[in-house]
Amino acid sequence: MKMELIQPFINAADAVLSQMLQSSTTMGNLTMEEEAYRRKGVAAQIWLTGDIEGRIVIDLDEETAIRVASKLAGATLPESDALIRETVCELANQIVGNAICTLNDLGFQFRIHPPVIHTSETGATSSEDTEALVLCFDTESGAVYMNMALRYGKKRSHLAAAASL
Amino acid sequence: MEQFAPVKRKDGQPVRYLVVDDSVFARKNLARIIETFGGKLIGEAGDGKTAITEYDRLKPDIVLMDITMPQMEGIEAAEKIVQQHPEARIVMVSSVGYQENIVAALQRGARHFVQKPVKPEVLYEVIKYVLGDDAAVASAAGAGD
Repeated sequence: MKMELIQPFINAADAVLSQMLQSSTTMGNLTMEEEAYRRKGVAAQIWLTGDIEGRIVIDLDEETAIRVASKLAGATLPESDALIRETVCELANQIVGNAICTLNDLGFQFRIHPPVIHTSETGATSSEDTEALVLCFDTESGAVYMNMALRYGKKRSHLAAAASL
Repeated sequence: MEQFAPVKRKDGQPVRYLVVDDSVFARKNLARIIETFGGKLIGEAGDGKTAITEYDRLKPDIVLMDITMPQMEGIEAAEKIVQQHPEARIVMVSSVGYQENIVAALQRGARHFVQKPVKPEVLYEVIKYVLGDDAAVASAAGAGD
């Protein structure tokens, strides 16, 4: 995965988490995931189609998700509250939306699909052209994981191939 | 959350808002922000189609509208509302704030655009700007009026 695709998502996650949680955020571990994606807790997934294709998953363990949602709601939420999943979806929506603004300014065009809660324990295995990168952001409320598996869309791939001839 | 000097309509009543977003979290968050402006939430919708019927029914002073939504996206809903109600004041509130989207929204009838995550102080200034002479900012001392 090219750095030009990754950096806007890192910047967006840092900015959105810092603003929403009103605290500083530091980037922790960065790993490549070769095995099938394994959900950590409450996970929201967003698909992109167009010049860039793939998916982003924002994943928080249960306790962190409750802390984050409770902080944003201004009240302690019970573990089962639907608002916890809604909060993680909106967090994903805002991170991906902000990153897309930057990528659009760089000339990439695509469609962002509404976030969906990732309910299965595991996801698709990464492949050579959609290797998954997992970034961990440490916040005062706990760790927020961003799992990205993106690749250039067919149109962009053809342009890149033609340019290399 | 910070409190702002209340923005009231010319008749002294609170500004009436319709909030349109498919995310319950986002709607609740906007409702809390509106409260700090002294505004009144009179309706909510989770998609563009419902937003149109709710606008017809409620005739709010301001609509805060998301873009990416199921059934009908916010820009299309804004256009349809403005076709029927040219006086409608619609502010798009979305995380997908890139140039094309902003231009499309403004060309199709939205009055302004606010990027998510919403900064209350930014939305406050936008609301005052969009309401223009149809609203007045009450003194902070009159916040409880």
